[in-house]
Amino acid sequence: MELQQFKYDNLIVKKFLYATLLWGIVGMSVGLILAFMFLFPNITEGIPWLSFGRLRPLHTNAVIFAFIGNALFGGVYYSLQRLLKARMYSNFLSAVNFWGWQLIIVAAALSIPLGYTTSKEYAELEWPIDIAIALVWVAFGINMIGTILKRRQRHLYVAVWFYIATFVTVAVLHIFNSLAYPVSLLKSYSVYAGVQDALVQWWYGHNAVAFFLTTPFLGLMYYFVPKAAHRPIYSYRLSIVHFWSLIFIYIWAGPHHLLYSALPDWAQNLGVAFSVMLIAPSWGGMINGLLTLRGVWDKVRTDPTLKFMVVAITGYGMATLEGPLLSLKSINAIAHFSDWVIAHVHVGALAWNGFLTFAIAYWLIPKMAKTKLYSTGLANFHFWIGTLGIVLYAIPMYISGVTQAFMWKQFNPDGTLVYGNFLETVAQIIPMYWMRAIGGSLYILGAIIMIYNIYKTIKVGSPIEDELAEAPALEVVGGRRLIGEKFHAWLERKPIQLTLLATVAILIGGLVQIIPTLLVKSNIPTISYVKPYTPLELEGRDLYIREGCVSCHSQMIRPFRSEVVRYGEYSKAGEYVYEHPFLWGSKRIGPDLLRVGQKYNDAWHLNHMYDPQSTSPGSIMPSYPWLITNELDTRQTLAKMKVMAKLGVPYTDEDINSALSHLEQQSEAIKNRLLEDPQFAASYKQEEAEMGGSEDFVPLNNREIIAMIAYLQRLGTDISQAKNK
Amino acid sequence: MKFIKGHLESIDGIAIYPIISLVIFTLFFVLLFARVVLYKKEHLEFLKKIPLTEDENTIVS
Repeated sequence: MELQQFKYDNLIVKKFLYATLLWGIVGMSVGLILAFMFLFPNITEGIPWLSFGRLRPLHTNAVIFAFIGNALFGGVYYSLQRLLKARMYSNFLSAVNFWGWQLIIVAAALSIPLGYTTSKEYAELEWPIDIAIALVWVAFGINMIGTILKRRQRHLYVAVWFYIATFVTVAVLHIFNSLAYPVSLLKSYSVYAGVQDALVQWWYGHNAVAFFLTTPFLGLMYYFVPKAAHRPIYSYRLSIVHFWSLIFIYIWAGPHHLLYSALPDWAQNLGVAFSVMLIAPSWGGMINGLLTLRGVWDKVRTDPTLKFMVVAITGYGMATLEGPLLSLKSINAIAHFSDWVIAHVHVGALAWNGFLTFAIAYWLIPKMAKTKLYSTGLANFHFWIGTLGIVLYAIPMYISGVTQAFMWKQFNPDGTLVYGNFLETVAQIIPMYWMRAIGGSLYILGAIIMIYNIYKTIKVGSPIEDELAEAPALEVVGGRRLIGEKFHAWLERKPIQLTLLATVAILIGGLVQIIPTLLVKSNIPTISYVKPYTPLELEGRDLYIREGCVSCHSQMIRPFRSEVVRYGEYSKAGEYVYEHPFLWGSKRIGPDLLRVGQKYNDAWHLNHMYDPQSTSPGSIMPSYPWLITNELDTRQTLAKMKVMAKLGVPYTDEDINSALSHLEQQSEAIKNRLLEDPQFAASYKQEEAEMGGSEDFVPLNNREIIAMIAYLQRLGTDISQAKNK
Repeated sequence: MKFIKGHLESIDGIAIYPIISLVIFTLFFVLLFARVVLYKKEHLEFLKKIPLTEDENTIVS
């Protein structure tokens, strides 16, 4: 057969790797700032775009989509070409993939701190950016499938299957979870409400972890671990079983994020059952990765790449054992909303994704630059300081999580809570937050050392350029199975059929989760007292979304005695029917807010937003002074209500037409209540006297804080009104 | 959404679908497992080595 010459595209791999390193430092640094904000809540005082609630989604998005996303693309573009003996299908699509992805990251880095957010976790970006993500992802998929079709290696190695499953599933997840109705260019409401929105979000959230952070990295493991160890994968049989059972089972496990919620019991239990089953394929993969290194453990002692891989795969094994454990109802009752979850995700992100990325960079950069790593000593130092960083991050967070959970649940003999003041449970874990910040700092220091090491390596190496290769073209063998050919062997050379089967595998599990989502009637159980928000409350809710309050405060009281005593009546599905999007939250850095309405007076809320420590000594909530001074933007109020009406919220035409006058009346009432506080009235009068004539002066009733107070005072009160009557 | 929802609710015994899915998964898994066990050893050895043989194709300039 005639040999064909072609060039591997190394330049695109280089670009993605450099972007990985850059965004890695950015994402981790934002995380470190956040870690220090637990200790010094007001270090970014008065700067809205650097406030905790806005930086938190920036951190998660930067680490997941910018750092890990670029690493994923870089690793896939390198290994895919070699495994298929072909250059990427289209240089243009590669460029669209790279530059499009970086533009999306920049758009995210600007829009999230400015407060443009949907508030759905790991899907915070507003709808135009969501569309851009879908387009760039499709460009990546076409480029990959095009390369597969013009390949010179008939059999698709297992890593390629993982890449195919990644492409298909992430596309499905992203599109369904991001369905939203736009109000304007940068504001939209989720088409799902309440319980349904929560289900779709966690079906997405769970499987984004599965198919963005796990399957592509397993593909990378199956390629790069054998390459670095110079040994084939331990068991190819195991890898086939690993692949199919992993993608099949993963997609079912999403409901374990919603235990003790309004989800039907059979769906919760199905989620738990599949989560426990997930241990088998996950550990199969881990064992396959680690046993590939059997016989080369002497090399592991000296080769930093292999060291990083060992810790990465071990981290994968730990996180995937812990995940199913956390999905057990009894453990979930303790761990959910606590720092345990933070420890869990960071073992996954720092060890599995981070360390595998570092391993790939240490292996790939010298290889592409045709030189040796500048300093093995520095890489070893990076390994040890990074590992220490992970340990110092994770262990304090486990201790903190368990401490929180037990303090939240402890009762006196007379039936009252031992730690009735939530702040007591915060003060207790501050030392843990210190250790976490130190652990995170060590991890970043390691990453910076790696960048220096790689910079020096590239400087002495040859410039990275496309690599010439040759391989025979594929003989045409026909689409049917050959005589004696096994089904799976046939499948391995038929990428389209493989893709279709993988799609079917993920859709079966996906549908089973979506069907109950659709089955939960939005008005079951009907609670006639639950009414839509007033225009002012709706605006207040959008401020709550803008400031990312959901990062620290849940709005989901589980049916436990400890929660009912602390927060009030437990949550009912019927209370959330107008919640586009849902705001249940996943973490309680502060207390739950579902029943905060009417708990304090209006003046308390104003003082609390202006200076949280004045009303709540020892609080780690940052201040929100801009809410007190900013003018409320009501230009979109009518448009927002119209969109809500289209999504099924029963606003009548009359409600919408009289919205602004209703809003004014409600604002006026809150203003008058605030001015009853003589101290505040005096300071406001003084401000009015000094500034009254100026254009900058915003009358109190037109300020954002009024809408925020209106929303907070409404929260969870519909049900208590029902009781009173 | 409402359109789809109405129709799904009207299906009798919709809870049977997840059970069917579970059965499909179990059958699929058992068949896959059987196939994998019966795989020819030589073919597996060939597949395993795919990532390691690619360097032979690279022309060092």
